[in-house]
Amino acid sequence: MILEKVSEFMEKRKPIFEDWKHTFYLWRKTKLATVGTIIVLIFVVVAIIGPLFVPYDPIVQNMKDRLQPPSFQHFFGTDQFGRDIFSRVISGAMIEVEIIIIVSMISGGIGLILGVLAGYFGGVVDEVLMRTTDMFLAFPGLILAMAFAAMLGPSLINTIIAISLVGWTVFARLARAEAMKVKNQPYIESIKALGAGKTRIISLHVTPMCISPVLVQLTLRMGTVILTAASLGFLGLGVRPPLPEWGAMVSDGRSFLVEQWWISTFPGIAIAIVVLGFNLLGDGLRDIMDPRLRR
Amino acid sequence: MNDVLLEVKNLRVVFHTYRGIVQALDDVSFTIHRNERVGIIGETGCGKSVTSLAIMRLIEPPGEIVNGEIIFEGKDLVKLNENSLNTIRGKEISMIFQEPLSSLNPVMKVGFQIGESISKVKNISIKASQKFVRDALKAVDLDPERVVNLYPSELSGGMAQRVMISMALSTNPKLMIADEPTSALDVTIQAQIMNLLDELVSKMKNTVILITHDLGVAAQFCDKILIMYAGTIVEFAETKELFENPLHPYTKGLLKAIPKVGNKNKIVGIPGSVPDLVNPPRGCRFHPRCPFAMEICKIEKPTLKTESQDHLVSCHLYR
Repeated sequence: MILEKVSEFMEKRKPIFEDWKHTFYLWRKTKLATVGTIIVLIFVVVAIIGPLFVPYDPIVQNMKDRLQPPSFQHFFGTDQFGRDIFSRVISGAMIEVEIIIIVSMISGGIGLILGVLAGYFGGVVDEVLMRTTDMFLAFPGLILAMAFAAMLGPSLINTIIAISLVGWTVFARLARAEAMKVKNQPYIESIKALGAGKTRIISLHVTPMCISPVLVQLTLRMGTVILTAASLGFLGLGVRPPLPEWGAMVSDGRSFLVEQWWISTFPGIAIAIVVLGFNLLGDGLRDIMDPRLRR
Repeated sequence: MNDVLLEVKNLRVVFHTYRGIVQALDDVSFTIHRNERVGIIGETGCGKSVTSLAIMRLIEPPGEIVNGEIIFEGKDLVKLNENSLNTIRGKEISMIFQEPLSSLNPVMKVGFQIGESISKVKNISIKASQKFVRDALKAVDLDPERVVNLYPSELSGGMAQRVMISMALSTNPKLMIADEPTSALDVTIQAQIMNLLDELVSKMKNTVILITHDLGVAAQFCDKILIMYAGTIVEFAETKELFENPLHPYTKGLLKAIPKVGNKNKIVGIPGSVPDLVNPPRGCRFHPRCPFAMEICKIEKPTLKTESQDHLVSCHLYR
């Protein structure tokens, strides 16, 4: 009985499975995407379960063991307060994941809403919203994020707000372009003829169509988000010590770099690998989705 | 039962384009009575679709209704605001479009889309409307259990047009506008769809405006026929009267151009082509192509006059 149901279910969705199979095949063929996916997966798994297995508390200071070089007790050595750098790097992954998720939701959400409104209504609304995004885009991203972070004061939440405020413009432009395309489709006209109001058309028929390009762009930009967060942390404008944010950790070890190189180096390597992973994944995704390269 | 449902008076619609102002509709006036089926016939670009969109008030920038009244059951649709229009659209006037497949949202199931319009008119939730959706699909000879769960891409052209018809008629509108409902379909499906429309409309007693460029379809389906040319009405009469006794030179030309089985003679077309509506010809818009053109045709625009009982024509030959 249940087996029958399952086989019926499988039969009905066969084309979908076939399509997934093809996508999987393309993914495997694209080496960069495979490497990127593996790195990102390891990063996420470490972030979620890593803190349960770390050998030392990442925050409590232990002055006895300060500035130990890498050894079997401390894989990555200890910093100037005697904290285990290995434990701190592992615990820091969760902070980066938090930043990525919340920044994606805020900037993607703001961008989507404003972009759809600008694209659907056009005219004055479009001008006002798009000139505002132009103003945001006129500044280099990191400088603007620094300005916001400095203005709000350094903390985890303010870092997230600052990065989100800088990032939404890209998504707004994407969503606007998509909304402009969708609003001229015949089915929008036909639903108007059936008496649908603006709210219904925008929320039910235009916005869902604009989500997919925004989502793709969000994944492509996750590496940049980490890098910005780390830069802010390094400059002392981001997450405050003692939270183990990677950029702040690199900054911590700055004055010991000549004698105790490990303090800055390991968090720096972590940043480099994860950002590389996200960028490889993004490039790979773009290749997989590009129909010209799909054969 | 012969009361007026829709009255269009001196309707003028323009489109502002980079090339200049396109005069899409110039002084269009006509009256449609309850339970009538009126066919609007004309070449591509003569203003048929613009007329229907204007009645729905769906003309959007760069288009503009610059003048005229569209009186539907005593209300002037041109003056209504968007909210009151939305209570009329779908409920009192509904529309079928010519490209059925692209007129359905490609990412939503058919059942949901039909339910949307029913739920709005009946003021119930989309879930509660599913019972009515099934009735509506049954009415257009589709298998409701199967079709509600399909996406538009899984429908054939004929099925999609049936879905559109079920959407348009599910709310039992007083006026239904069918904008070339069969032009994207092949001939056998065309016949099926027209028969279905005929059957449903006779049952529900809706008034219909059928827009087409197929004289045969119009002759079978409509009580009255309105011939348009370059944004103006040239002739308006009962179907039988129009085919037996065409008055306007353009109508005569159209009827001569219909190919007949077994006819060995060459088909006579109308020389020339439709004028550019940015700079329409002065006077009668048909005069450059008209075999009977006189001096007055180049100067003065003819008005729509009653020539005989219920037969209106706009031509200087008749006065």
